[in-house]
Amino acid sequence: MHRFANPARFMRLSGVVLPWVAAASALVLGAGLYLSLFVAPPDYQQGESVRIMFVHVPAAVMAMGVYALMALASAVALIWRHPLADIAAQEAAPIGAGFTLICLVTGSLWGKPMWGTWWVWDARLTSVLVLFFLYIGYLALINAFDDAYRGGRAGAILALVGVVNLPVIKFSVDWWNTLHQPASIVRMGGPAIDKSMLMPLLVMMLGFALFFVTVHLIRIRAAVLERRLRAQRLDDSVAA
Amino acid sequence: MNSVSEYLAMGGYAVFVWPAYGLTLFVLLLLLGTSIGNYRAQKRALEERDPEGKRSRS
Repeated sequence: MHRFANPARFMRLSGVVLPWVAAASALVLGAGLYLSLFVAPPDYQQGESVRIMFVHVPAAVMAMGVYALMALASAVALIWRHPLADIAAQEAAPIGAGFTLICLVTGSLWGKPMWGTWWVWDARLTSVLVLFFLYIGYLALINAFDDAYRGGRAGAILALVGVVNLPVIKFSVDWWNTLHQPASIVRMGGPAIDKSMLMPLLVMMLGFALFFVTVHLIRIRAAVLERRLRAQRLDDSVAA
Repeated sequence: MNSVSEYLAMGGYAVFVWPAYGLTLFVLLLLLGTSIGNYRAQKRALEERDPEGKRSRS
């Protein structure tokens, strides 16, 4: 772990890896969009509106996965004070917030024709809205301090405290009587969804994940440069 | 031409499906664009101060 703790080494490695991840994400997303919009069949009940699933579900998975990653990075930052963990957590947040927003809005667009409503205060929708507020709260918190280090620590604690929301989101459809449908993929007995729809869905999930890695790496690299800049400015003001 | 407009109509759900994909694309491109833009701005600022990369403090 210590070998990758060196920001200069991270910059070199990420510089090599980034073009490949970016290319892979473009290819996989392109393939996924084609599968979702042209190959996947319409649903016997939902018709063509089922295509919203191919952006809604991957966004939901990423919204939760990115938060879990943020919490993990925050724990590493707090416990081991790993120089890049703190940056990794902070730079994941805007992307996670974006995915959560996509999940909420595409969910509404799917809910209106299918359920007859844009919104309902059921357990799944409410807990995902809470996740969105946690992301926004986290971003506000880390920027609220004059001392960036203290802001990072405060954010890390918020990220860890908010983790309890993730199992609530996942199991909400089992624990409560919800309008949102129960699990169709990760459930006892295996996926309940037909292969003709499962395949495009998995491809889009992979595409979203690769997209996250691409943007996350770009943001971490920018943050490393920004810290370098700040350090140089500090050196200059001390030397003057 | 008929089948193109039929396809775009998404079985009557066009007003829901296309905005969903549109918003998704918009948010993802916004994230990508602002991230790349910020990276380039930081890089430029560092290069202006230290063109030969001599001072790399980490």
